[in-house]
Amino acid sequence: MNAVTANQVQMNIERSPGLWSLAWKRLLGDKVAVVSMVVVIFFLLLSLASLVGLIAKDWNKEVAVNYAPPTLFKDSHKPSADLKAGAVDAGPAVDGAAERVPLVNERDPLREVINELKTQLGQPTVATADSGLKIVDPLADVMTELRKQLGRTGDGSAKVVEEKRLDFLPFGADKWGRDVLSKVIQGSETSILVGFAAAIVATIFGTLLGALAGYFGGKTDDALNWFYSIFSSIPYILLVLAIAAVLNKKGVLTVVLILGFTGWTSIFRLVRAEYMKHKARDYVRAANAIGASHTRRMFVHIFPNISHVVLVQLSLHVVLFIKSEVILSFLGFGVPVDTVSWGSMLNESQNELILGYWWQLAAATAFMAVLVTAFSLFTDALRDALDPKLK
Amino acid sequence: MLAYIARRLWQIIPTMLGVILLIFFLFSVVGGDPAYLLAGKISNPEQIANIRKQLGIDEPYWMQLLIFIKQVVTFDFGSSWSTNEVVSQIFATRLPASLMIGIPLLILETIIAITIALAVAYVRGSFTDRAAMVTCTMAQSVSILVYIIVFQYVLAYKWGLFPVQGWGNGFFENLFKFAALPILIALVVSLAPNIRLYRTFLLDEVNQDYVRTARAKGLSENRVMFVHVLRNASIPIITNLMIQLPGLLVGLFLIERFFSVPGIGREVILAVERSDFPVIKAVTVYVALATMLANLAADLLYKAVDPRVELK
Repeated sequence: MNAVTANQVQMNIERSPGLWSLAWKRLLGDKVAVVSMVVVIFFLLLSLASLVGLIAKDWNKEVAVNYAPPTLFKDSHKPSADLKAGAVDAGPAVDGAAERVPLVNERDPLREVINELKTQLGQPTVATADSGLKIVDPLADVMTELRKQLGRTGDGSAKVVEEKRLDFLPFGADKWGRDVLSKVIQGSETSILVGFAAAIVATIFGTLLGALAGYFGGKTDDALNWFYSIFSSIPYILLVLAIAAVLNKKGVLTVVLILGFTGWTSIFRLVRAEYMKHKARDYVRAANAIGASHTRRMFVHIFPNISHVVLVQLSLHVVLFIKSEVILSFLGFGVPVDTVSWGSMLNESQNELILGYWWQLAAATAFMAVLVTAFSLFTDALRDALDPKLK
Repeated sequence: MLAYIARRLWQIIPTMLGVILLIFFLFSVVGGDPAYLLAGKISNPEQIANIRKQLGIDEPYWMQLLIFIKQVVTFDFGSSWSTNEVVSQIFATRLPASLMIGIPLLILETIIAITIALAVAYVRGSFTDRAAMVTCTMAQSVSILVYIIVFQYVLAYKWGLFPVQGWGNGFFENLFKFAALPILIALVVSLAPNIRLYRTFLLDEVNQDYVRTARAKGLSENRVMFVHVLRNASIPIITNLMIQLPGLLVGLFLIERFFSVPGIGREVILAVERSDFPVIKAVTVYVALATMLANLAADLLYKAVDPRVELK
């Protein structure tokens, strides 16, 4: 009987809005924040869809001629434009029926040879054993092409039909005729995944150490501070490179661990300061009085009160690590060769640009710039929303 | 003052020991026996045996650590595993090129960033201010790689304003011909974050009472901004500059690599590519030392710009 009335009384009292709902309201009131949040969520969905294989699954397939320029529709695919860009086209498009025509049938082997030689003249820097062979024997290319055709049709003609040419190539194709749009989406998946995973590792590590140092103080604090000073006195990028050199093992997990275990220092510093501030407050002493353990006081009582600081740091570090991953992968110390990332795309585009193929560079740059801008603006807005005193 | 410096230098020792321990842990414990790494690179087994002996691989870990500490103290890291060049020699020959780009960059960047930050802080809240900040945010979100690739392609390759890459022998030839484009690119990349940062430092000051007082007593706007506001905002600015200082040695590594500048940064990348541990170890240890000394220098400079600062 008593309990029922108590419940009713509680129902009648209006709950005052908490920090998170207030922050959420502030965030929604900020136009820039909403727009940047939508962009960030779009990118997250994009990489999630790519992760589970809904889109960009076939990024590794040859869907167009080498270095096909960006095209939106088949009609705009004019031969003159192709020649200018140095791409190889099998001639004018055949009505609308060209949509599912097998690639190999469209190719004229002799034209291939001529164009191959043309492109070789245009790019004298690329001198492999393979191209040397072609110079000696001009028919080598035709032979390999024919052999390839025979092999493919021998396998079963269904496979040939599968290799259709895409008409919708907003970012063109790369060296192997792969759709750059699919590639850049695949790259977004890698870079965003690495960025988030590394940020989570760094945040957990930094928060844990910071909590221990700030909460216990004394000897623990001295020891952890010493540990912190070691990591902070070595320039970040140098430490990352040193660890990459030692591990000498490429892989997404390696990159995540390298970035995560080197990038925790600023989080440690902030969380430590927050814990020092909070540990002497009344609510923590009250928790102590009712017999809460150290762990409970640290993570159940204090942590929710500083979680907004941690969240902003997490958001900041995602951007930082995405940028670092791009540089690492560019240098070849990051993700393995068979994984696409924005960094490896930039690496490929470096040589392409000299030949006049700018689209891969443009795609990787545009995707990265949009995400990083949106994420930075969102982080700023998040900080303002969570800590209005700062404004 | 001297006592303060002595105490700070004394405090460097435990941190330095920690750095040495970390590097030792990474390269000797995690990295393991270099014989495996070197097997494909050095064909002469005697040379490998020599390197193993130098590192004391067959000794217990504490002995290896002592050998490493001795190497750090005596500046003697032996020779590179790839080129056989003595490591201290690598430092001596690569440093000038890094400084040739780093020093002009730091000077230009500081002057330009502070001037622009003062200008936008002066007109804070206006359209110019907001436009400048949006530009900075967008400029910052483009990867440094893109700046280098595009600038090198357009300015050097297409228009031929600068050499595409390379390095000469003469001082002026290097400074004005080969270092010009690297400096320009590094300037463009570093201006955006620094302008944003300095602007916030300056904004903390422009609303203070002493600024109003300075205006009230009839000082010119130039004097108010450049003398009063700037001096008060200089402590965080100095901190930021000092943080960047050790990075000069390695921070420009991407630019050095792209432009084939024979500097420390390019050497680090080459060393990582070749698993050339002695070079990486030496660079990491000494750059860490340089960072700690730069922090000390920053604290001493605080005292110089603001006599109220107490060194304790």
